Amino acid sequence: MDVSWIPGSADGIVVGIVALLAVAGGWWGWRSRRPGPPVNRRGDEATGQTATLDPSATTPAAADTAVDALAEVPEDPAARFARRSSRVGGAFGARIALFFGRGDYDDSAWDELEEALLTADVGATMTAKILVAVRARVHGGHSSPRDAVREALIEAMDPDADRRLDLGSPGSGDLAPVLVVGVNGVGKTTSVGKLARVLVADGYSVLLGAADTFRAAAADQLETWGSRVGVVTVRADKDGADPASVAFEAAHAAQEHSVDVLLVDTAGRLQNKAGLMDQLGKVARVVEKVAPVREALLVLDATTGQNGLVQARVFAEAVPLTGVVLTKMDGTAKGGIVLAVQNSLGVPVKFVGLGEGVDDLAPFDVEGFVDGLLGP
Amino acid sequence: MFASLSDRLTATFRTLRGKGRLTDADIDGTVLEIRRALLDADVALPAVTTFTERIRARAVGAEVSRSLNPGQQVVKIVHEELIEILGGSARPLRVAKTGPTVIMLAGLQGAGKTTFAGKLAYHLKALGHTPLLVAADLQRPNAVTQLEVVAERAGVPVFAPEPGVTREDEKVRGNPVKVAGNAIKEATRRQHSVVIVDTAGRLGVDRELMKQASDIRKAIDPDEVLFVIDAMIGQDAVATAQAFQAGVAMTGVVLTKLDGDARGGAALSVREVTGVPILYASTGEKLDEFEVFHPERMAGRILDMGDVLSLIEKAEATFDQAEAQRMADKMSKGEDFTLTDFLSQMQQLKNMGSMKKMLTMLPGMGQMRDQIDNLDEAELTRTEAIIQSMTPLERDNPKVLNGSRRSRIAAGSGTSVAQINALVKRFEDAQRMMKAMAGGGGMPGLGGLPTMAPGAMPGGKKSKGKQAPQRKVKGKSGNPAKRAAQERALREHGAPAPASGSAFGLGRPTSDEPEFDPSQLPSLDKYLRG
Repeated sequence: MDVSWIPGSADGIVVGIVALLAVAGGWWGWRSRRPGPPVNRRGDEATGQTATLDPSATTPAAADTAVDALAEVPEDPAARFARRSSRVGGAFGARIALFFGRGDYDDSAWDELEEALLTADVGATMTAKILVAVRARVHGGHSSPRDAVREALIEAMDPDADRRLDLGSPGSGDLAPVLVVGVNGVGKTTSVGKLARVLVADGYSVLLGAADTFRAAAADQLETWGSRVGVVTVRADKDGADPASVAFEAAHAAQEHSVDVLLVDTAGRLQNKAGLMDQLGKVARVVEKVAPVREALLVLDATTGQNGLVQARVFAEAVPLTGVVLTKMDGTAKGGIVLAVQNSLGVPVKFVGLGEGVDDLAPFDVEGFVDGLLGP
Repeated sequence: MFASLSDRLTATFRTLRGKGRLTDADIDGTVLEIRRALLDADVALPAVTTFTERIRARAVGAEVSRSLNPGQQVVKIVHEELIEILGGSARPLRVAKTGPTVIMLAGLQGAGKTTFAGKLAYHLKALGHTPLLVAADLQRPNAVTQLEVVAERAGVPVFAPEPGVTREDEKVRGNPVKVAGNAIKEATRRQHSVVIVDTAGRLGVDRELMKQASDIRKAIDPDEVLFVIDAMIGQDAVATAQAFQAGVAMTGVVLTKLDGDARGGAALSVREVTGVPILYASTGEKLDEFEVFHPERMAGRILDMGDVLSLIEKAEATFDQAEAQRMADKMSKGEDFTLTDFLSQMQQLKNMGSMKKMLTMLPGMGQMRDQIDNLDEAELTRTEAIIQSMTPLERDNPKVLNGSRRSRIAAGSGTSVAQINALVKRFEDAQRMMKAMAGGGGMPGLGGLPTMAPGAMPGGKKSKGKQAPQRKVKGKSGNPAKRAAQERALREHGAPAPASGSAFGLGRPTSDEPEFDPSQLPSLDKYLRG
């Protein structure tokens, strides 16, 4: 069979699927003529242009009112992690203490360590890797079990990775756009708001772009965050505008006002929705027209299981990820999935959300994180 | 791409063929594989442990079926056991005998409670109820607004006496317990049959909010307390579910974000840990993307087995209705399938996302995994380019393609004549196939696509084994083992299969279209084998 247009006999499959879908789709078309207006599908409307955006709507209206004496002063980011590191760990520490407390390291001891790692969402593959590393250290006799686990975990998190945001120096006037992406309900908008506070505390001038035009009131939420620290938000005047056009307007406004950092909040999207992922790619490309995107941060919920790895992989295809923001670490979740993400994709965790307070988003500190996990 | 459980188990058992019974030692390796598969699917460790022990107990000593290899047999046991656990004590929504039925929603932040509230209201309204949505989430900024928007879309009234927090920095005002209590009175007065109370999302460890939730529960004495949980959640599902069980004693579970690609092991964790039945699954952002929970499909998903129904549903979601209709008309009229159609089909296929992912959704594709991995998706783009470089005449009638036309197309699409020849050949095959399908009996309805029990279908696609009667020669496998399995599969699934895709309206054939005749589908198998 001459099958050069698709290698292997997979072409047969493809043709088969085309046919299958033709039949299935046709059948569906036949019977699903439900009444009612067609629903506007998000992914398909990415063709809209700036026409959806009234230029006047994007005027930084809050500019004069917000940048006044009322702006709060956020906490210094450098000190944040240490103060809240006790919120990491908990159950994991208790679990792993069982392992440390043992005198002999027989199979059941290793099972305990394995269980501790698995229940922290580290994942089967990564757990096996870490176990091998710990065993080698313990059997080598160089380190105590605790040190062995600590070292293995730190190593797995790649301690040498640069976790700072690559944004140039404050006041340079050289625009550094930052995209914040992720699936629904992980806390993107809140993270953008808190990130703005971190950056303001570091002395950057910041502008927010509300490219989440889908969720009701997302832009309002972002604007509130911004106004508290005297940061302007660029938004569309109506829900459902083209996010790329909002992003572009925001980038433009940022450049005009010689702002250091543009933070773009995007709508939550599940990574298997191709149309929405394309839309995200478009947002990135459009911002690139004004200035190269310096950071693309994936927001991951600490309760996420192994799907987090898939999320990171697929989002990385749409926009080259430069870092992870791990949110909701203050619950019972351990966020072990970041180990797998860091290890298999090399995307470092840059920030971690350690509480609901406005200044509870802290720069990530590997050793502090691991020490917090292991407990005192 | 992880190999699916059934592939791995099949590999484990490769050496085992011919043994009479599964022994302890055989099972050990299997149990490890199952454990790993479940962990990869985010089933919580305690649930994994109890589950694998149950499998071990069932599998040891089980007679090795003649028709299945041991790997398939174990997968079958696992699958059945999963369905049993997931679907156990499944029941419809409890309805109050007198007065309004009160449903309370609780769950973590971002799990999708408010969206689900709208969907449930929409669903119940369609069933003839008169739901009232109650905004008792006064915590999250704009939660009340969101519920109002959702309620408007669903066309149901909303009870929201308190505006809630509208800004990030606002203090919480109003008392959600009071709101919920008043809502019940209001619903009784206005004679609503159902009251759905949306509460604030909370972390399991947040004592204050949990107390608030349990106060609401006490105040309204709900008929159902639904625990809404995100399908993406990992091991934390256990701690969360336990916290909520202690706090609000939920009576049912709702899985959300099942339209993502998370395997949803949380379903099993929560079921195992709390014993509470899973009632609904939420599969999208639109109001009607919501269904009653299907244990078979969830079991298949957790085990990462092919899922034809999901594939079809995905097609439903992405395919252009008008275009699909046009294709169907064309086929039923017996018109030729042209390159134009081929192109449009391919473009729609591309809309569905990664071809590789889709292929792996088909059952039995395990053996083809290597080929699938080698599939270069860029080839599709190239094929598209070739067709787009053709004139309309050439697209409708590829026979006119002579040497000069072919070299023009090659130049236009940046490919070679050999590639075009190959495409034309492939296309002719496809055309023949489409004809065969159209000839097979006009418009096929998919009314009762058989549930994809893997065990019942050894060898995947071949074993669907329900060929058209006129293809009698091909209808039965030459391999006696397979034939036995086919016959069994027919016995098991021959009767109209239970609907396993409500979104699709399966099992409710309308009178104006033919009942599903399985013979029309499987003729594809032949082609699928490539």
